[in-house]
Amino acid sequence: MDWETVIGLETHAQLSTRSKIFSGASTEFGAAPNVQACAVDVALPGVLPVLNKGAVERAVRFGLAVGADISRRSVFARKNYFYPDLPKGYQISQYELPVVQGGSLSMLVGDDEKTVRLTRAHLEEDAGKSLHEDFHGMSGIDLNRAGTPLLEIVTEPDMRSAEEAVAYAKALHSLVRWIGICDGNMQEGSFRCDANVSVRPKGVGVLGTRCEIKNLNSFRFLEEAINYEVRRQIELLEDGGKVVQETRLYDPDRKQTRSMRSKEDAHDYRYFPDPDLLPLLISEETVEQIRSELPELPAAKCERYMREFELSAYDAGVLTSSREVADYYEDLIGALGGAYKLGASWITGELFGALKRAGLEISQSPLGSRQLAGLLQQIQDKVISGKTAKDVFDAMWNGEGEAAAIIAAKGLKQISDAGELERVIDGVLAANQKSVEEYRAGKEKAFNALVGQAMKATRGKGNPSQINEILKKKLAG
Amino acid sequence: MFNSTLKQLSALLAQKKLSSAELTQSYLDRIAQRNPELNAFLTVDAEKSLAQARAADAQIAAGKAQPLTGIPVAHKDIFCAQGWLTTCGSKMLANFVSPYDAHVVEKLNAAGAVILGKTNMDEFAMGSSSETGFFGAVKNPWDPTRVAGGSSGGSAAAVAARIAPVAIGTDTGGSIRQPAALTGICGLKPTYGVVSRYGMIAFASSLDQGGPMAKSAEDLALMLNVMAGFDARDSTSLERPEEDYSRLLDVRLTGDRSKPLGGLRIGVPKEYFGAGLGADVGAAVEAALVQFEKLGAVRVSIALPNSGLSVPAYYVIAPAEASSNLSRFDGVRYGYRAAEYGDLTEMYRKTRAQGFGAEVKRRILIGTYVLSHGYYDAYYLKAQKIRRLIAQDFAQAFKQCDLILGPTTPGVAFGLGSMSSDPVQMYLLDIYTTAANLAGLPAMSIPCGFGEGGLPVGLQLAGDYFSEARMLQAAHQYQLATDWHLRQPAGME
Repeated sequence: MDWETVIGLETHAQLSTRSKIFSGASTEFGAAPNVQACAVDVALPGVLPVLNKGAVERAVRFGLAVGADISRRSVFARKNYFYPDLPKGYQISQYELPVVQGGSLSMLVGDDEKTVRLTRAHLEEDAGKSLHEDFHGMSGIDLNRAGTPLLEIVTEPDMRSAEEAVAYAKALHSLVRWIGICDGNMQEGSFRCDANVSVRPKGVGVLGTRCEIKNLNSFRFLEEAINYEVRRQIELLEDGGKVVQETRLYDPDRKQTRSMRSKEDAHDYRYFPDPDLLPLLISEETVEQIRSELPELPAAKCERYMREFELSAYDAGVLTSSREVADYYEDLIGALGGAYKLGASWITGELFGALKRAGLEISQSPLGSRQLAGLLQQIQDKVISGKTAKDVFDAMWNGEGEAAAIIAAKGLKQISDAGELERVIDGVLAANQKSVEEYRAGKEKAFNALVGQAMKATRGKGNPSQINEILKKKLAG
Repeated sequence: MFNSTLKQLSALLAQKKLSSAELTQSYLDRIAQRNPELNAFLTVDAEKSLAQARAADAQIAAGKAQPLTGIPVAHKDIFCAQGWLTTCGSKMLANFVSPYDAHVVEKLNAAGAVILGKTNMDEFAMGSSSETGFFGAVKNPWDPTRVAGGSSGGSAAAVAARIAPVAIGTDTGGSIRQPAALTGICGLKPTYGVVSRYGMIAFASSLDQGGPMAKSAEDLALMLNVMAGFDARDSTSLERPEEDYSRLLDVRLTGDRSKPLGGLRIGVPKEYFGAGLGADVGAAVEAALVQFEKLGAVRVSIALPNSGLSVPAYYVIAPAEASSNLSRFDGVRYGYRAAEYGDLTEMYRKTRAQGFGAEVKRRILIGTYVLSHGYYDAYYLKAQKIRRLIAQDFAQAFKQCDLILGPTTPGVAFGLGSMSSDPVQMYLLDIYTTAANLAGLPAMSIPCGFGEGGLPVGLQLAGDYFSEARMLQAAHQYQLATDWHLRQPAGME
């Protein structure tokens, strides 16, 4: 039987506020246990939550960026359950009325554009951390993370493969960083996904029974976990079994998901509106203010690059894959006063290749956009050829200095002096009579061999287009 | 001295006829003498109190006295006070020393008042008799075989027995007004949001409100002046201009000196005078109404058709919020933790089984039930709808009258232990008081006579939102013409 996979994702993005969502304690990562937990985070008797406006502003920014409805009135609710790292015995979240409703996100999956509909995005607080090692049969509790602001972003079950799910997660990851609401640091837990996975026979309308895989904190784990889970469910069904609705955890060492709790064990969270917090009201002016401050979004930018700069869909997509890349590109072409395609091909080609080999992000590039512009300017000015420029690029990458200095020091300036080139070419023609004859007999390839010889004779410094020209002229003569 | 008003005490302090240290010491001595029988105070700390008193004396000497500088105040043990045991009447917090001050405590301290001690109460403020606390029942100073009311029974008994000049309490369904009525003192629950809840251990967040308890309306006004005010740490605190709650006390509504309340429309809800109201209480309240008429007030008959639903709605909403508010008492971070347990679940189970008393458990169970999947709509949501209807009743009523007057309680103080086996009967004692909490309205109780057994009777005045000054004015004018509030229990002189 042919099976279809159905996936919905719930993503927790940690909002980049300096203080927590309901207290003034710092959200800085990596402090000693419990030093960033104030009276409110520890849930001392009598303390009360006060909403951080910065978290709301970021949620609205997200809603606007995905074309969602911003709820003019939303409500914080208490989700009640006992756990040692949940100090109040309830989590403040949004339940019936979330701050962001609807919206969608589009991305490329291979060469196809895919649109994933969003159900909602709501504000909530994170719990603390239970530490199960080093406490001699007991558990330690670190409440530094308790009260950290999260935006939980929920999709419709619109994805049909792990590849699509990863593409969506990457696009979302890029977007939240693009609009500056989340640092996207997955190792520190700033961006983590829960995947709802089910399978159904192809052509069947109703959804199969789903399993939720919790806390996937890398794109690779997301992909592996979904693929494993899909295989598990299909095998189960093909063997005549049934999928049980449950929550599962992914074990990256064994590359397996395993059951955490079944639906029967599911909590009754007894949600009810938090009486300590008034309904969250967001005015039209606030929404418009935030809208006016939104940066140009990736999709719009990508479209503009294709239209104004005549870039290919691929190049435009890559250059708008993150705000850092787009900023780098715009800075580069700004410095060059144009050269859109040249700039694009150097970023997507040489620069990305070098970054990938070094395992670096563009923000960590040893070569800044202005330095690269300096190199490309030399090509523009025909001081060096594109081929030579690659050697200069390598030297710059290794910290040997600016492009002009390297070219001067290594004597790489290309030969554009027609007289000198003619002398060289005369020598080449004399030494390669065989090729000359072949060319004249109609063998085009022989021309390339002659160009190669000319370049070799100039030790790569000859201006290639000039060499072409002179050669053609002489051979015709 | 123990019968003096705050104004009189303040004058004695200002004239240096008395120091705050002496005043505080006198009260501490009196507490030592009377408290063993009354069980009104849970904690006194002479050293701390006297240190505050000496600081107040320095302020007075420096000419920086404010109206409450040097005045000892009894604090219900629900208010967190830095360095003080703050137990909320529970074994769960029997060892909890608060590391911070509640907003109200902070304000009283800043005003120069002295913390005289922490008073007894029903456990987590759940009760109408101050019998449910872990530290034993409070006795009524008028008759030690009777309850002092609750949940702010310790504060009420302390003021009634004159072992504290003034006290603070909290009111979720009548917890200031009812004990005030049963002990013959005055108590005010302000409009919801006027007094910050920060540092007040939460029972039912949407209903809880702190307020003053005192011998007179005039003293209540002075206390409220300090307790009220916006606090950014409480999202339900209201940001409004500062108000002097004393400003109307001596303002007469007409030129006729014998009719200071001329034209004041007093609404009398027929629902508050029906079945269930004790004849003694009814008679005393009726006499008070006549007295208000003598002062110029006009009696208006009004209806509060949904008032019969207030107790059922209250006993859904309050336990629902409480069940969640009390989840933090889990033995993990502070407070009581069971001595022996095998795993986490057992730690929770034993800690909460041993740490909470029967009434608290009952309300957690009710609250958990009404919020549960499948019951939420039938109970919690319906109760919230009733809550809106009750608020609408009052809005209607206040189109016809300025204040509403009725009994605070159906009867006088009942015998200790007499209601313990029948919680529903006990809940029904809140019949006249819970509506103000559900609607968020201000309401107060003042003494208006005596009933069965020579025990005090209280009348309740309720007003529209932010009408505290007007209520205090009516109460003060009534107290200028009567002396019920000056009566005190035998043996307490």
